Amino acid sequence: MKTLEKKMKNQANMSIIPYIMAGDGGLEQLEERLLFLEHAGATVIEVGIPFSDPVADGPIIQAAGLRALQKKVNLEQIIAVLKNSQVKVPLVIMSYFQPIFHYGVETFFSQLHNSPVKGLIIPDLPFEHQDYLTPFLKKSDIALVQLISLTSSPARIQELIANAEGFIYTVTVNGTTGEKIAFDQRINQQLKLVKSQTNLPVLAGFGVSTLEHVENFSKFCDGVIIGSKVVKMFAEKQEEELAKFLQIAKEVPKH
Amino acid sequence: MNKPYTLPDEKGFYGEYGGQFVPETLMQAVKQLQEVYQKSQHDEQFQAELAYYLKEYVGRETPLYFAEQLTDYVGGAKIYLKREDLNHTGAHKINNTVGQILLAKKMGKKRVVAETGAGQHGVATATVAALMNMECTIFMGAIDVQRQALNVFRMELLGAKVVSVESGSKTLKDAVNEALRYWVATVEDTHYVMGSVLGPHPFPQIVRDYQSVIGKEAKKQFLEKKGVLPDALIACVGGGSNAMGLFYPFVEDSEVEMYGVEAAGLGLETAKHAASITKGEPGVLHGALMKVLQDESGQINEAFSISAGLDYPGLGPEHCHFNEIKRVKYVSITDDEAVEAFQLLTKKEGIIPALESAHAIAYTMKHAKDMSPDQSVIVCLSGRGDKDVAQIRTLLNSKRGEKK
Repeated sequence: MKTLEKKMKNQANMSIIPYIMAGDGGLEQLEERLLFLEHAGATVIEVGIPFSDPVADGPIIQAAGLRALQKKVNLEQIIAVLKNSQVKVPLVIMSYFQPIFHYGVETFFSQLHNSPVKGLIIPDLPFEHQDYLTPFLKKSDIALVQLISLTSSPARIQELIANAEGFIYTVTVNGTTGEKIAFDQRINQQLKLVKSQTNLPVLAGFGVSTLEHVENFSKFCDGVIIGSKVVKMFAEKQEEELAKFLQIAKEVPKH
Repeated sequence: MNKPYTLPDEKGFYGEYGGQFVPETLMQAVKQLQEVYQKSQHDEQFQAELAYYLKEYVGRETPLYFAEQLTDYVGGAKIYLKREDLNHTGAHKINNTVGQILLAKKMGKKRVVAETGAGQHGVATATVAALMNMECTIFMGAIDVQRQALNVFRMELLGAKVVSVESGSKTLKDAVNEALRYWVATVEDTHYVMGSVLGPHPFPQIVRDYQSVIGKEAKKQFLEKKGVLPDALIACVGGGSNAMGLFYPFVEDSEVEMYGVEAAGLGLETAKHAASITKGEPGVLHGALMKVLQDESGQINEAFSISAGLDYPGLGPEHCHFNEIKRVKYVSITDDEAVEAFQLLTKKEGIIPALESAHAIAYTMKHAKDMSPDQSVIVCLSGRGDKDVAQIRTLLNSKRGEKK
């Protein structure tokens, strides 16, 4: 069992995974923000890699990526910070495939060896093309997180679960990342279905931005990923409110 | 080439290029498209309907015209123009949109979305959407909205909603990003009409197959005229659909040389060009692994060309494969050379070409000169230049001003 799964399995309450864009606010902010989120109660922290063409992301994360790119932040520098990070919670890298492909998959994995990075989310690398990573995943403690969407058929969900490790990332909307007011009710059914088929932790992400969302999802899954809201609060310097929000969210029990 | 050419493979690859690099939300849609497309290939009724619209609505077949004046001027191989500019809506783009929108209907989709650079694909999509009574949204970079204002108006007249994209370089690349985001959000009832041999599998294959009507006709027409195959084929490449359409039916005819002409913009030695194959590296963009213009960190660079239709930082995966196996030679032409060819073809033949096609004409003028008069070359005249006349007028007026 990989570290990521172990970490989430031991949670009595909802696992809370805040997302930050590496390099937003300058690379020098990255370690500081990781420690801040850990202190505020993050179970795991998802670290976004800036990319020029982030097709799965909505305006808030797009803008954060652009700000990071304007500061000339790149994958190599980000990995250097993550490797030396003092955080104790596992980190998950969220990157489009292009920055990793360009950097070199083999170098990428060897650089992350013995680092706090324990998981990988690549939204545009579908299950069909995971063989680009398979040889390296086998030898590492890094889990490739499978994404399941509202459009994934029951047969495909089975196939994705059979190959999953770390946790399952259930995408709550047909759409891009971003804060959302209400969700399509089908997501609850989808989460139930996924939960019933796996022992891995199941998390919900995309659009999750209020305590009500966290409480609703606590009936159907093991945790939530909170992206745009966190990115926005950092950008607007609302750290105090962010810490409060995360501290309350992490107290929400799993049903 | 001895073995029959059968690519793409099962996973949608052409050698190392291609694939389906899209979010999970879209996987179901691309798989459904693949399935419906394959069935449609053997569906006589579907094929008959497609053939009907191509003939009666698009106006096929298009002529293969011997450009005698241009040939005399250049002094070398005989130059034939495959007149895709004579299609309804003024370019080759409609060959593909008719096919894809018929597929969308077959899949029960109610809406279509597309991106457009020069506006030709947007106009073609809006046109067929109007014909088939489908809701249509077109994403277009804000800069392209400005330089192709007439096409924006045409799309709106046709009932399409044109969304001006303000993000990134405000050109085609960003229009594709926004169109993909829109598709992710509406995937259950919307078909994405991909405009070139780009995107996740099966799009490059579908667009190639629908555009290959160009090459099939050209081959038949040339054989009828001359009894042999042409010596060379030349076409411009942005994403690469008109070129693929001309080349693909000749891929196993190894005696026919093929040239894809990229936009060199202000010159390959500058950063202002769109020569993805000459200057790009393998990378993943908009759903496929292909050659892409990128910086040292793998971020996608903005492309540059006087022609909005060539202004894209990647080139379709099958072209990348053709380059790899040396079946097609990829060359480039600068803005200045294209503008010169634009004027020359207009004066010599009375045909105003699209700025995209002018790149192919410019390379033909260089290349045909080195060929013998008993040889022949077919150039794809992918579209007509009405849309570019205002831009050329401004450019030439400013040049005249400089000289005064």
